Amino acid sequence: MHKIESKNVNFYYGETQALHDISLSMKENTVTALIGPSGCGKSTYLRLLNRMNDLIDKTHLNGEIYIDGHNIYAKNTNVDDLRKNVGMVFQKPNPFPKSIYENVAYGLKVNGITDKKVIEERVIKSIEQVALWDEVKDKLNKSAFELSGGQQQRLCIARALAIQPSVLLMDEPTSALDPISTAKVEELIYDLKNNYTIVIVTHNMQQAGRVSDNTAFFYMGELVEYDKTKNLFTNPRKERTQNYITGRFG
Amino acid sequence: MKKENRLAKRKRRNQNIAFGLFQLISYSIVALLFIILAFIVVKGIGVISWEFISEMPKEGMTQGGIYPAIVGTLCLVFGSMLFAFPVGVLAAIYMNEYVKDGWPKRIIKQMTNNLAGVPSIVFGLFGMALFVNKLEFGDSLLAGSLTLGLLVLPVVIRTTEESLKAVDDTFRQASLGLGASKWQTTSKVVFPIAFPNIITGLILSIGRVSGETAPILFTVAAYFLPKLPTSIFDQAMALPYHLYVISTSGTNIEASRAMAYGTALILIIIVLISNLLANALRKYFGKKVKMN
Amino acid sequence: MILMLSSASTSITVILIVFFLFVEGIGVFSKKPIEEGFLLAVHPSNTIQKLEPTQIKDIFDKKITNWSALGGKNEPIVLFRTEDITEFYSEEELGENFEHFPAKIDEYITRTPGVIAFFSDKYKSKDFHGKELDVNKITVYKFLSGEEWFPTAQPVAQMGVKPLILGTLWVSFGAILIALPIGLAAAIYLSEIARKRTRNILKPLIELLAGIPSVVYGFFGLVVIVPLVQDVFNLPVGETGLAGSIVLAIMALPTIITISEDAMSNTPRAMKEASLALGASQWQTIYKVVVPYSASGITAGAILGIGRAIGETMAVLMVTGNAAVIPNTLLAPVRTIPATIAAELGEAASGGMHYKALFALGCILFLITFCINMLVELVTNRNSHKKH
Repeated sequence: MHKIESKNVNFYYGETQALHDISLSMKENTVTALIGPSGCGKSTYLRLLNRMNDLIDKTHLNGEIYIDGHNIYAKNTNVDDLRKNVGMVFQKPNPFPKSIYENVAYGLKVNGITDKKVIEERVIKSIEQVALWDEVKDKLNKSAFELSGGQQQRLCIARALAIQPSVLLMDEPTSALDPISTAKVEELIYDLKNNYTIVIVTHNMQQAGRVSDNTAFFYMGELVEYDKTKNLFTNPRKERTQNYITGRFG
Repeated sequence: MKKENRLAKRKRRNQNIAFGLFQLISYSIVALLFIILAFIVVKGIGVISWEFISEMPKEGMTQGGIYPAIVGTLCLVFGSMLFAFPVGVLAAIYMNEYVKDGWPKRIIKQMTNNLAGVPSIVFGLFGMALFVNKLEFGDSLLAGSLTLGLLVLPVVIRTTEESLKAVDDTFRQASLGLGASKWQTTSKVVFPIAFPNIITGLILSIGRVSGETAPILFTVAAYFLPKLPTSIFDQAMALPYHLYVISTSGTNIEASRAMAYGTALILIIIVLISNLLANALRKYFGKKVKMN
Repeated sequence: MILMLSSASTSITVILIVFFLFVEGIGVFSKKPIEEGFLLAVHPSNTIQKLEPTQIKDIFDKKITNWSALGGKNEPIVLFRTEDITEFYSEEELGENFEHFPAKIDEYITRTPGVIAFFSDKYKSKDFHGKELDVNKITVYKFLSGEEWFPTAQPVAQMGVKPLILGTLWVSFGAILIALPIGLAAAIYLSEIARKRTRNILKPLIELLAGIPSVVYGFFGLVVIVPLVQDVFNLPVGETGLAGSIVLAIMALPTIITISEDAMSNTPRAMKEASLALGASQWQTIYKVVVPYSASGITAGAILGIGRAIGETMAVLMVTGNAAVIPNTLLAPVRTIPATIAAELGEAASGGMHYKALFALGCILFLITFCINMLVELVTNRNSHKKH
């Protein structure tokens, strides 16, 4: 069984159709990269997986998306629980204006965990997971804004991991970071693959090649090609994919 | 899994309670507005007639009309705008088009904000000290108009500034690029584009001025005058002051209640019309400017 | 040139307001609070030189009955006002046109050791034997801390503004206590919960509340809220601080709602999405992220609301009952600073003590609102720093 499975997904912003008939499946504990030029629908698709697009007025969806076999757009789906299971990391680091510790503890608290010991354990574990512990252990009560951009982004990943999701969505997580921080985050993605199913949107094709098992190429709201990353980059079947990865447009 | 369901339920319940409560409160506030309006309309509509707005008060202001108060308020609105509108618009033009950012601009801005925060009764005190006593205008339309003019000055400046800011910079650059001077650009290009919005501000100021009572208490308002003012040095009656007088200290408060409802209704109508007109204009011109 | 002058117009006005208010207001502290053209006199042997206005009031209210209480000799105090003269002298003795008046007053004072007499200057004889009593000027401290506001009292005006300041604060804080939770709820609804279309309908309607003239609010309060308060709390009069607070709360709502709503709408989308992506419900996101993030904007709205309430005149004047007593409950009549100015300036003789005292009240009001404006500026500036 696939971890994530979408069937014939059409998505509309008001009158405009943003996604056309997307069918796409992802296996557990793999990294899938979504690539394509700006406005191709890759971010829109990513945000469907934790129903983040619900927040936007006048949008609607046809088709079905299953995670662990449950249709996440079914009426009886609890969106909060879904989002707890499907973590998300955003384009720009967006820590809350709270302390480093509180940032990571936030997700635990809103999900009803009150035991201080449990919270502390999980916070420490999550920060260790993103290899940030040595850098922040002495300033857990300082504002998260005091960290560098790269550290903030790793903190945001730790924040997402703390609530123990099984899927991690990453929306261009390194686009606002310097090369060294980017390398650290990529390394981290590689490590996380063992325990999480990761979907990552990226503009950077080298990055897609480095971190992902499979790659999906979106163009104008359509899924053009979906294959093993190795195959897609070395031997694309479609001409549009070829043009894109060789840099002829986009 | 079971525990999580409980948690989900609790979260949903809390959210529903909070959102329901907030929705209820918001609609209650709107309901309150309608209650106030409806109350005054229902009680006042029976009083309104041609005689009510065209006759002098009679029988110690328990009968007759409120003609002189309407005339007085119109004079005050006209007088105050005659002062505040040109001064305010010029000030805003200077601030927005000529002064560079820096401390003089910040100080002027801060002063304008401070003036906007001065309570209206303090304007009344000031108007009395300066216009009535120092400049010896006496209780007069002139003193009252100037006091009210100063009161709305910040409103005029602010709305004008916003209208000017809304004008896209490309218009300015295009005009300057064609060799027009700064003043030509401002007067021939920027001002005409901003004008509809400036007028909106003017109409809102009119609504504000016609309802103000405290500033005119000691600068112009008369308890009762048997005749209309004939010069700017005359006292005058005014709608808001008239409402205050007949509802609190008239010769016979109970008997003049009906007159009070009528006066309140006229006041509300003026304010509503100026607000609606301003909104409508904003919408109408907003579209037109965008189309350009 | 004209442009520059007009842009300076607001600054000039502020400076002029400050100038006139303070020039007139400071006069209170340089004049003696005794009514002009009158004097207080005692027996020549009396050792008292000077008295406080409050002491004189207590003497004439018969609360102080012996000079020893004021540090003088042990001698009962005998009050004398001009009209009392007929008790001691017949009309013939006083003369047909009261021409012997001054002489007789002089005589009466010199023969009554415990006397304190209050009479007009014109009845002071040329060779007056009594001792004129000096009255202390009002100090700033006494003005602010005095507990009695009775500016038309005879023989000396009582100018304590403490009850007025406290009345103003009570009514205003009462108003905010009512308006803040309601306003905040509405702001949250408009900014975070309502659909865009609902919001576009509700917001202008709520803003319309701000357009209704204060005298109309006063009238509405007078005919609706005052009787309601009277009935609900079973009071002898409905004109109370509470009625004032309710009316002011309605008037402050649009300010609080508009400013808080703006602040909340400025919460970065990324912040809200981060919270929701962690499984927080929308409500949790609102109270854990949106409200803390916009706290300074909400504070600014509340402070501005208080500022409006403190300066509001007509509505308060019409519904609070205007009793100048130190309030200890919101269910009794109170009197605020603006209402006092509005109610009394018409009767105060221009340039007189009372007139100047009202201007001094205007100064206090101006200073309070000025500080509030500065505070708002401070709060919002801190906010904009935080965002960068």
